[in-house]
Amino acid sequence: MAGKRKLVLDPSWCKGCGICVAFCPKQALELEEEKVRLKADNECVLCGLCEARCPDYAIWLEDLEE
Amino acid sequence: MPSELIHKFMRIDHLPHIWCAGCGNGIIMRDVAVALQELIDDPEVNLNRGKVVVVSGIGCSSRAAGYMDFDSIHTTHGRAIAFATGIKIAHPELEVIVLTGDGDCSAIGGNHLIHAARRNIGLTVVTFNNDIYGMTGGQYSPTTPTGDLGTTAPYGNIDRPFDIAQLAAGAGATFTARGSAYHVRETTELIRQGIMHKGFSLIDVYSVCPTYYGRKNHKGGAVEMLQWQKENMIPAARYYAMSEEEKQGKLLIGTLTHTNFPEYTAQYAKLIERAQAKAKKGE
Amino acid sequence: MSAMKKAVLMQGNEACVEGAIAAGMRFYAGYPITPSTEIAESCAVRLPQVGGKFVQMEDELASMAAVLGASVTGVKAMTATSGPGFSLKQENLGYGCLAEIPCVVVDVQRSGPSTGLPTSPAQGDYMQARWGTHGDHPVIALSPASVQETYRLIIRAFNLSEKYRTPVIFLMDEIVGHMREGVVLPGADELIINKRHISYHDGANKQCYHVPEGQYVPAMKPFGQGERYNITGLAHDESGFPTGSNAVAGALYTRLMEKIDHNLDDIIRVEEYMLEDADTAVVCFGGTTRAVMSAVEEARAGGMKVGMFRPITVWPFPEARLKARLHTLKRVLVVEHNYGQMLLEVQRVAAEKLPVAFLGRYDGTVITPSDILAKLREMEG
Repeated sequence: MAGKRKLVLDPSWCKGCGICVAFCPKQALELEEEKVRLKADNECVLCGLCEARCPDYAIWLEDLEE
Repeated sequence: MPSELIHKFMRIDHLPHIWCAGCGNGIIMRDVAVALQELIDDPEVNLNRGKVVVVSGIGCSSRAAGYMDFDSIHTTHGRAIAFATGIKIAHPELEVIVLTGDGDCSAIGGNHLIHAARRNIGLTVVTFNNDIYGMTGGQYSPTTPTGDLGTTAPYGNIDRPFDIAQLAAGAGATFTARGSAYHVRETTELIRQGIMHKGFSLIDVYSVCPTYYGRKNHKGGAVEMLQWQKENMIPAARYYAMSEEEKQGKLLIGTLTHTNFPEYTAQYAKLIERAQAKAKKGE
Repeated sequence: MSAMKKAVLMQGNEACVEGAIAAGMRFYAGYPITPSTEIAESCAVRLPQVGGKFVQMEDELASMAAVLGASVTGVKAMTATSGPGFSLKQENLGYGCLAEIPCVVVDVQRSGPSTGLPTSPAQGDYMQARWGTHGDHPVIALSPASVQETYRLIIRAFNLSEKYRTPVIFLMDEIVGHMREGVVLPGADELIINKRHISYHDGANKQCYHVPEGQYVPAMKPFGQGERYNITGLAHDESGFPTGSNAVAGALYTRLMEKIDHNLDDIIRVEEYMLEDADTAVVCFGGTTRAVMSAVEEARAGGMKVGMFRPITVWPFPEARLKARLHTLKRVLVVEHNYGQMLLEVQRVAAEKLPVAFLGRYDGTVITPSDILAKLREMEG
């Protein structure tokens, strides 16, 4: 059973292609000055599709420390 | 510090990579890493990371070898499969994975592709197929669709494109499959199966090149190009449930051929036994 | 005390294979081409017997690539070809030079540009052996003059290749390749076999192409031993990763050249025959040598002071060794089966000091001792 996870972003690796934003099933992401960020009021369900399709490894799920 | 997966399998000192924004290659390279992670973690397989060799040729795709933290060799244009053949024959216990592009493996390296397939040597070839020569700035490749534009096809490409997976299958590859940058889960699984397969396997993965192909051909940016893959490339379960009419213009995401035939290096081991037995008898 | 060794009748091409196997060659990839084909055929028979691998590739380019691939796994590897195939191998040969991958490339030279006279002797690849691949690059090329020497010299080719981590070209020709003569096979205890140096650096620091001060050759482990480094044909830093730095690239290129240039005494071998008191030196290499030696002996019998200067290491050209002879000589004759290729090197070294004459043949026929003798007489004239 997976523990609790969180979404992590590294804007310095983001090239602003917008793939994660377009294919997020909850529209939880947006681009701000060509860098990805979580919307203020987001419904992220931690599905990980953004991580899977990010060509630049700038967004990913990480286990929360206990 | 990127994700654990990237940190573990990529040379992160050299990331972010040189590929353009929205290039599908980064997605496919990650698929390869995930497939390897699964095989390393799988107690039934217990893949030894130190026995994995990543081989590439020249082109955008082929920069992948340098980013992947394995024994890796970035060879000459078109020759990745030929280098890989030498590696595999010399040390059959190595798991040799070739990362290549449409131009690298089906134009300048086409001869090596068909002959490696014919030999059924145990290599796993993953193509980053983006329909264009990206590194040199957008010339038409053997997979550029007829009618499309490239810097060397200013009036529209009059060549017919190759279907690389079918080409390999026709040459005798015992495992061929088609994946896409969009279909991450399915493609990763096909790569995993390809590595597991004892024999020559090729997974033709459709990448996207928004910079040189998409823009020139008015196919939009990375998002629009992935959207096209989503709508027109159909995973096997759904594809086979479709009527012939519905299949028109659609491409299968999944396995094209999967047969069993003796693998080349296994056959060579037997040849050595025969030769040595014969020599002992003084023949 | 050991019993007299029996001579075995062997063809030059076969001796090449037997010597290579004695040197530890266990991988051969090739493509059939006259007059080197017997090398492939012998490897196909012999390698499996000793647990080695032979593969007939789809083309010459693939053969060279497969040899480099095998070598990065630590296996001593060889390919053989002839002129047209040698041209096709050149790109990957340069890759081997830059990426520092040991291997031996045999070129059994034949006549002509293009398909030419496939079964006729020539030495027209002398310059191709030096300059065939693009860019400045290090080259070691050895050329045997007899079947016996082929056996010994191919072992040296492997030794130099492993020691300096660079492809070594074994420049045979149709004359030696197809010559049959008795070869006395040395015992294993009489042979020196070099092993590749691996990892005098700290593998954990991932600087696989790092070379300590005063050394020239990197020492990474073969693939498959967990070192996990990158090899590329791009200019690279010490980690093996591509670099765009002119300074790093320049230092790499310089080291590649210096690893040969600073070790010339170790690499260069020359045969000097009756040269001590000679006023005329005949310069030749490979398959031309036998005719030259006969001519030298006949000339001596006729009272002429003639000797032979034969580079065994044909690249780098033994410039210092030839220079050292110039003060006792009055003239030099270069004899080759081409339009004048080693001639250019001899002229470069000697032409300011003394006259350099040339006798060449490139129509597929063989230069005879009487041809040479006639030329020597004409020169003394």
